[in-house]
Amino acid sequence: MTMTTDTLTTHIPDVLQTAGPDARSAGRKEWADVCAYDALLPERGAAALVGGVQVALFRTYDGEIHAVSNRDPFSGAYVLSRGIVGTRGDAPTVASPMHKEVFDLRTGVCFDHPEVAVPVYEVRIRDGRVEVVVT
Amino acid sequence: MTMTQHRGHLVVVGNGMVGQRLVEAVRERDAGHGWRITVLGEEPRPAYDRVALTSYLTGTSAEELSVVPEGCYTDEHCVLHVGDPAVAVDRDAKTVTTASGRVVEYDALVLATGSSPFVPPIPGADADGCFVYRTLEDLDAIRERAGTAGTGAVVGGGLLGLEAANALRSLGVATHVVEFAPRLMPAQIDQGGGEMLRRKIEELGLTVHTATATQQIEALDDGRLRMVFADGDPLDVGMVVFSAGIRPRDQLARDCGLEVGERGGIVVDEGCRTSDPNIWAIGECALACGKIYGLVAPGYDMAEVVADRLVDGDAAFTEADMSTKLKLLGVDVASFGDAHAATPDALEVVYADPVAGVYKKLVVTDDASTMLGGVLVGDASAYAALRTMVGQPLPDTPEQVLMVGPATSSLDDAAQVCSCQNVSAGTIRAAINDEGCCDVASVKACTKAGTVCGSCVPLIKTLIAQSGVEVSTALCEHFEMSRAELFDVIRVTGARTFSEIIARHGTGRGCDICKPAVASILASLDSGHILDGEQAALQDTNDHFLANLQRNGTYSVVPRVPGGELTPEKLIVIGEVARDFGLYTKITGGQRIDMFGARVDQLPAIWKRLVDAGFESGHAYGKALRTVKSCVGSTWCRYGVQDSTSLAIMLELRYRGLRSPHKLKSGVSGCARECAEARSKDFGIIASENGWNLYLGGNGGFNPRHAVQFAVDLSTEDLVRTIDRFLMFYIRTADRLQRTAAWMEALNEEHGDGLEYLRRVIVDDELGICADLDAAMQRHVEAYADEWAAVLEDEEKLSRFVSFVNAPDVPDPSIQFVTERDQIRPADQSPSDGPVPIAGPELEVVRR
Ligand code: SRM
Ligand SMILES: Cc1cc2nc3c(=O)[nH]c(=O)nc-3n(C[C@H](O)[C@H](O)[C@H](O)COP(=O)(O)OP(=O)(O)OC[C@H]3O[C@@H](n4cnc5c(N)ncnc54)[C@H](O)[C@@H]3O)c2cc1C
Ligand code: SF4
Ligand code: FES
Repeated sequence: MTMTTDTLTTHIPDVLQTAGPDARSAGRKEWADVCAYDALLPERGAAALVGGVQVALFRTYDGEIHAVSNRDPFSGAYVLSRGIVGTRGDAPTVASPMHKEVFDLRTGVCFDHPEVAVPVYEVRIRDGRVEVVVT
Repeated sequence: MTMTQHRGHLVVVGNGMVGQRLVEAVRERDAGHGWRITVLGEEPRPAYDRVALTSYLTGTSAEELSVVPEGCYTDEHCVLHVGDPAVAVDRDAKTVTTASGRVVEYDALVLATGSSPFVPPIPGADADGCFVYRTLEDLDAIRERAGTAGTGAVVGGGLLGLEAANALRSLGVATHVVEFAPRLMPAQIDQGGGEMLRRKIEELGLTVHTATATQQIEALDDGRLRMVFADGDPLDVGMVVFSAGIRPRDQLARDCGLEVGERGGIVVDEGCRTSDPNIWAIGECALACGKIYGLVAPGYDMAEVVADRLVDGDAAFTEADMSTKLKLLGVDVASFGDAHAATPDALEVVYADPVAGVYKKLVVTDDASTMLGGVLVGDASAYAALRTMVGQPLPDTPEQVLMVGPATSSLDDAAQVCSCQNVSAGTIRAAINDEGCCDVASVKACTKAGTVCGSCVPLIKTLIAQSGVEVSTALCEHFEMSRAELFDVIRVTGARTFSEIIARHGTGRGCDICKPAVASILASLDSGHILDGEQAALQDTNDHFLANLQRNGTYSVVPRVPGGELTPEKLIVIGEVARDFGLYTKITGGQRIDMFGARVDQLPAIWKRLVDAGFESGHAYGKALRTVKSCVGSTWCRYGVQDSTSLAIMLELRYRGLRSPHKLKSGVSGCARECAEARSKDFGIIASENGWNLYLGGNGGFNPRHAVQFAVDLSTEDLVRTIDRFLMFYIRTADRLQRTAAWMEALNEEHGDGLEYLRRVIVDDELGICADLDAAMQRHVEAYADEWAAVLEDEEKLSRFVSFVNAPDVPDPSIQFVTERDQIRPADQSPSDGPVPIAGPELEVVRR
């Protein structure tokens, strides 16, 4: 039995997350400006509110930025941005600060429960600014 | 996606352990959702781990017991209705009707209604104060009654009865076990084993009455109950728990005319099909192979069989293993295979040592060549290994096998190690050798072995040890070293940043295990503020925001109240701050006040007010000193012999902010009456006529331990020096998240007598490190500064206390509160209405 991110976002009642990856595949790609790249601490996360969606941004040690949903799917609390950033093998990771489930920042998939994943958002750096696509 | 074959509507009645397993097994095999599934459950919540029910009384939450994986009931293919039992089945119309009037059509119906506890038909058995032991609600009722019951009785001395009796005892009830048969656990063990077991049970403080038939229960005027027996004196108790066996819940089946057994149970064939080809029955309600199986493993097997048949397979259910091991702490008893030597001409080899309280019996074939079964009481360490040998040739003489246990290396790969999850030795060896599992936790995660009753865990350990895999002391995948080794490396090399440390001594970029461990080591070595520079990124969310994360993403605020002493003015400040910020306020178990529900962005303003009023961080968020509890001592108390309050305050101020492998707690009592509960602390002090007695290594929590006496009649100066060294030595050498009690137990293992070893190190200075330990503590005391005051003066650090980096002034909209007893609490979904998508965190998902 697998659960995709779609079932997670669609079926857990969650007003803040009506815009999920489904909408993204519809083809409209809108980059939203979030913050200065320098506002993000290395190897730490920060939450951002983008069009009503809570996004967790992480700046990893290699300078990359990753964006996933801020919602910890296990507890339902919006806290993923406050987890510890690290690696598992080659994968950049964040551990939920609530009960320490570890997620792959590239795919959103939870290592400990591979049937669970958090939505991943496209992210880029433009002129020193961080931009994401949530719609 | 593959072509979906439409199979129809599957209705499952009963969402217990077995019904849940069926749903998961069907979904695994039926990826295209050929079956649409509706589950009807009578209980008010989704399936939970009934095998671990008793742990609910010792602190496991209902959520943690859930066995429903996240996402199981969140899509339209699979729906669960809780709190709505099925009341009728119409086999012609192929419908099920529920209590709420819901009518559900089915193409296939699975009955997984379980069983109900058998209450013997004696007058008064339904009196107020009589209980059964089956559901979480039963346990809630039992817990409530136990608070005032004083004494209680469990009717039934079988496996479950004894588990229930031990649970009552742990609730503080003086407990009697009343068994009709002439011995305890009559179904599993023989007379000799029963005698030994009785002695063991009595040593636990339970009173055992065997060969005693309860005839009547009378409700007395004072609310107590009088148990009247066939012979002997009556017994007055505050409560009675019936645990005299189970009865299959086959009423639905009876009412719709399905075949049931003479003594109950829905008759099923080897495919678990009932007399109606569209209806199946599994678990404790089913009569399979002419038997009702009161264990979960056979139920799981039945669920797998039906799931297979529902996707056109032909799996069959055959005889199941009925081995059992009692989960009572402190009493080992196990039976397996043909424990009663019912096989014709079976031989019994018995070993009994009444002094040690050990009784072991092996049942073998008449030529002593094949193992048939056995009974173990007092020492069941060989249980897991012996059980796997049933039906196999004996590897040695029966005496040899009895005395030393079978060599585990002789375990056939096909031998079943975990009967709950049906995992073989071969599967576990493969997990160790091929999947790289090197400890019990990873074997559990990889194979699911050991995740239900846990009795196979010792065998798993042996298999790991035998595989030649080094049992790793590595901190995590990034550091090969143990915490103690890493501490020494950091101390000696002077490396003070994580990047430097991991580049030189580790691999990768760290994780939630090694980062906080390094942060704690750096903090213990006095490396400035815990949020300085790179250190900030290493901290757990609690340390990162200097507050404790709550379930809804808010934080709690706990100012330090040294020794629990608080002026009225400061008390008023706390009240005002809590009122002004709308925080929930509670007195903690640590003699201070906790304010809950603060958003990240409110923390600085709250702390500004507190710091201005003279408060400082209480480090409730850190692996650091928490509180030093005190009693009023000789200042006020008419029994006090020393000023315990002053000492407690002095110690709390001395060790505040001290980072350690785990939290540290202390207490000081003014006399031997021990009102400060010092002996449940990592270091506890009890006043004597001549000074202070010091106790080390206590804790409450999951595995409570009393601190042991280390020194008596110490002067204050000697006391403080001894504690200084104890703490510093612990900080340097303990494992990550190892409290002092566990650390001292590890010293025992390593050095024989751990306490004596500790004395040689920190009193006699055998290792010559005392001056170093003293100096380290002196540095800590001198360097201490309040973490919160420092943050308030640092714009850069303050800027991190926002909910959103792009909207610093917007509060987190996901945080919602409701009011309860005039204060806020997090708003959350009520678990009782309809399908519940959210399962508990970190639940052990029971799945193959
Ligand atoms: C607030 C409080 C309960 C209360 O309402 O009274 C509490 C609350 C928490 N306890 Fe506790 N414990 C509180 C007193 C206790 C006590 C009683 C005592 O200290 O006298 C105990 C048993 C004594 C002991 O620790 O030996 C206790 C045993 C635990 C344990 C189990 C420790 C163990 O060794 O098994 C944990 C889990 C852990 O630390 O890993 C824990 C963890 C926690 C945490 C920190 C869990 C967490 O990470 O969220 C809770 C959050 C505190 C918060 O948000 O502020 N708490 N906790 C008490 C705060 C005391 C204080 O003023 O600092
Ligand atoms: C305290 C305790 C300790 C135990 N320890 C062990 C152990 O160590 N090892 C072991 O193997 N086993 C143990 N067991 C037994 C084990 O829990 C059971 O074998 C297992 O739970 C059986 O699963 P089941 O799904 O058949 O029945 P249940 O778990 O009883 O589930 C049946 C469910 O169906 C519901 N139901 C009934 N009728 C209806 C209806 N008409 N409509 C809708 N729903 C209905 C019930 O409310 C219940 O929720 C223990 C049991 C208890 C109580
Ligand atoms: S421990 Fe002794 S001195 Fe302290 S309050 Fe209790 S009785 Fe009084
Ligand atoms: S035998 Fe019960 S968990 Fe393995």
